[in-house]
Amino acid sequence: MPLAAYILIRRAIAAAAAGTLSEETLADAMNPSAVPAQPVDRYTDVAIALHWLLAVSLLAAFCVGLYMADLKLSPTRIRLFNWHKWAGISILVLSAFRLGWRLAHRPPAEPSYLPAWQRRLAAAVHHLLYLLFFLVPIAGWAHSSAAGFPVVWFGIIHLPDLVGVDKQLAETLADVHSALAFTLGGLVLLHVAGALQHRFVLKDDIVQRMLPGRRP
Amino acid sequence: MMRIAYPRPARAALAAGSLLLAMLSAAAPAPVLIPSQSEISFVSHQMGVPIDGQFRSFDAQVQFDPKAPQKGHFLIDVDLTSVKLPTSDAMEEVVKPAWFDSARFPHAQFVSTAIRAIDKEHYEITGRLTIKGLSQDLVVPVAITQAGTVTTAAGQVSLRRLAFAIGDGEWKDTSVVADNVEVRFRLALTGIAPL
Repeated sequence: MPLAAYILIRRAIAAAAAGTLSEETLADAMNPSAVPAQPVDRYTDVAIALHWLLAVSLLAAFCVGLYMADLKLSPTRIRLFNWHKWAGISILVLSAFRLGWRLAHRPPAEPSYLPAWQRRLAAAVHHLLYLLFFLVPIAGWAHSSAAGFPVVWFGIIHLPDLVGVDKQLAETLADVHSALAFTLGGLVLLHVAGALQHRFVLKDDIVQRMLPGRRP
Repeated sequence: MMRIAYPRPARAALAAGSLLLAMLSAAAPAPVLIPSQSEISFVSHQMGVPIDGQFRSFDAQVQFDPKAPQKGHFLIDVDLTSVKLPTSDAMEEVVKPAWFDSARFPHAQFVSTAIRAIDKEHYEITGRLTIKGLSQDLVVPVAITQAGTVTTAAGQVSLRRLAFAIGDGEWKDTSVVADNVEVRFRLALTGIAPL
């Protein structure tokens, strides 16, 4: 089914369910080719760049974090730990900038043909993702502080310690950091599953809003 | 051990002699280190991150007369097995042959060769530091302060760990562990004449 037709039919069904089905909406749904295709409302270029930069950074930080945790002391372990911390602080900074950008630039509205529970679920996942973009790095940073290793961003910028040195607290924070990171991983999977469903099952334009490339 | 049975008069002479020695040394007692008020610590850097360490056991043999500092002498002996680092895996690592090789070289020694006074409270002590059988000449700036009967000699000096083969093999990469190590010391001594 062509996408436009799908959208118009869903819109008519939603309107009927809400008891607001107009003749016009019904006519559009019966004869979709008469309605001109709307250009896709996309995220801004900056939002798209930040989304994909963070996607790559988060994936890299997660994989390095998984791999390094049980390494024996070696130059490789020290390198990976520091790269992981540098990536985490970078993610924190980029996320702060991204949140500011997001608040200042209204994203495209969710299409009205989506059932309300799907829109709510997408919004909830997005909110939780943003929350974890901050909580995961902060928990990792606090863990590093408690373990007695201050974070020196890129080996140059000395960041303040979030908590004092405390071995027991360090262990707790390591568990918290890891649990939050796995939660973030799970949400990312849900987010990706939703995107794939829209792209390959529903075949609508939702994913296109966040894909880099030329504007139509 | 061989035991020597001295005749009675000889024993009396020996006793008198040792009493005399004790009296002489009481007149100019050798300075004694107060370990509880002394400290030798160091900071190394892992990819820019400062890692603090310290030695809990060390000794100092000091001769120092503020009126003739150039005649003084410092010998500092550090028990490398007493090193303290922030994590247990670092503690296990540092004794290994690539680092201190503590089993073969349990001690580091600094022996002064010259003392130069800059002013009443500041001195420059030149000497030879030996760690892991490797020696380097050092010039150590030392500030000396006095409070009551306690004289404190404090300062810091930058060492290059690779000059002593500390962190050999895969650890030679100074982009992971920096070559420079800052050593700080504070030696509290009794028995030094007023400045």
